[in-house]
Amino acid sequence: MSRHHATVAEAAPRAGAPDGRSLPRLLAEVPSREPMSLDHHLAVHGELPHEHRHGRRHESALIERVERAGLRGRGGAGFPTAVKLRAVAHGRRPIVVINAAEGEPASLKDRTLSELLPHLMLDGGELAAQAVGAEEVIVCVCESAIAGVESVSAAIEERSGESSVRMQLSTVPTGYVAGQESALVNHLNGGPALPTFTPPMPFEQGVRRRPTLINNAETLAQLALIARYGSTWFRELGTPSQPGSALVTLSGPVAYPGVYEIEHGASLASLIDAAGGTTAAARAALLGGYAGAWIDGSLLGGLSLSDEHLATHGASLGAGVVLLLSQDACPVAETASVARWLADQSARQCGPCLNGLDALAATVEEIAGGTVEGNASKRIERLAALVRRRGACGHPDGTVRLILSAVETFAAEFADHARHGPCEACDRAPELPLPARSTRNARRREPVAF
Amino acid sequence: MSHSSHKLRLNPIACEAHGMCAELFPERISLDEWGYPVIAGEPISPSLLSHARRAAQACPTFALLVEKDKAPA
Ligand SMILES: Cc1cc2nc3c(=O)[nH]c(=O)nc-3n(C[C@H](O)[C@H](O)[C@H](O)COP(=O)(O)O)c2cc1C
Ligand code: SF4
Ligand code: SF4
Repeated sequence: MSRHHATVAEAAPRAGAPDGRSLPRLLAEVPSREPMSLDHHLAVHGELPHEHRHGRRHESALIERVERAGLRGRGGAGFPTAVKLRAVAHGRRPIVVINAAEGEPASLKDRTLSELLPHLMLDGGELAAQAVGAEEVIVCVCESAIAGVESVSAAIEERSGESSVRMQLSTVPTGYVAGQESALVNHLNGGPALPTFTPPMPFEQGVRRRPTLINNAETLAQLALIARYGSTWFRELGTPSQPGSALVTLSGPVAYPGVYEIEHGASLASLIDAAGGTTAAARAALLGGYAGAWIDGSLLGGLSLSDEHLATHGASLGAGVVLLLSQDACPVAETASVARWLADQSARQCGPCLNGLDALAATVEEIAGGTVEGNASKRIERLAALVRRRGACGHPDGTVRLILSAVETFAAEFADHARHGPCEACDRAPELPLPARSTRNARRREPVAF
Repeated sequence: MSHSSHKLRLNPIACEAHGMCAELFPERISLDEWGYPVIAGEPISPSLLSHARRAAQACPTFALLVEKDKAPA
């Protein structure tokens, strides 16, 4: 079959664009097992529009379209995608990296894209490459996501004859910080998958010292739809400040945990409904993953999943993690085990991260065990201040955010443990997913669209 | 007329907590409980610049950088 390249037209939704108000978008016709084939993908989304860039001096129309769409990064930090595209487009012989490493244990969305919808993110990589003038796209998938690695590799092969760029897969070692952008660059340059001292930022000097565009897999999948259907279409869902849809990984006590596509600003209640409702009362929800923040159960009824609303509770959607903690779980024991895991994920390169995260995890463990001496919350605050902004990457800051948020949200439980030691719930198997215990026994979570 | 000021930037990966910098530039650098430098954020006035440079030069791992502050002094 042949794919002809249509020219990118104006911003109005293209003839044949799907209804902008309806979901799913990314997850349209998502298969439950086998990856969507190239033919099926093109039948669902249409041909890949071709990006003409009229020489180096003219900016690609796609960059402006992405800017008008208001697309922000889905890897956690929410950086405006057009700004990054523009910065890289100014450089010489840039390279595009699709970040599907997904080191966050509570997130499965990039795995889902890699496994089941590889052509969507590859389209995004190809279009971004055309827009910035790159000839090379590297897809980074975590080596432990075996089905994702196979699917992406087969998809690259499948489109090889027709692609306007060279595409290549790179498997990334497992680890929480391996997906941080400078760690990916380090890995792709033949070093360890550990963060480096920046600047120079990857967009200035990245893979093979060339300007490197690094975007999350979902960001590029969204870009592939914006290129096809336009910015007006994109904005028909979501809020003015956070347009479009988002993939979220919902886990915890719900009937069908998994990956869902929501409209930004959708209520948490509607997401839980789509997942078949709760199977136990929720004590609290963790938003954004293990660098995120907790929101108390009493607030969940009125919660809307937009960063604007979540910010009023000190939280954000981050990489789309929504994790409910059941009333039966002990939040102190859960925090202790996640804090220890996060401390162990330190790349051990920076003194304050190496020493500070260990000291923080030890303090939470002492609180959980009832052996802590002195004013524990003062100690946590002091350590948090010692760690924050002193690492080469954002890992220590994310860990501090999670621990401080837990101490605040579960203040009564922390005080109770510090005074009286473990509670009855402390003996239960931990609920929060961590790779060491979740990779093998986890139920296979099917992505469901709603 | 504004003259450029300077600030210190630490490469936390290169730093090995030798502590020389804090000895040579206590006006801006102290050490945390693990021996790693804590750098005060204020810009370095021209009168302190030579101290800053000396501290950076003394660092055995070249982890301490004296950089021009982008904001005008
Ligand atoms: C500790 C740490 C781990 C990260 N891991 C990932 C990851 O696994 N996947 C990802 O897309 N971004 C990850 N990021 C964010 C990336 O550094 C980068 O900002 C992102 O890939 C940019 O893409 P975006 O602008 O499309 O969101 C991580 C950041 C930090 C600080
Ligand atoms: S801050 Fe921590 S995780 Fe990040 S590079 Fe330094 S040691 Fe590694
Ligand atoms: S002298 Fe260098 S290695 Fe020693 S503490 Fe200062 S910056 Fe770190």
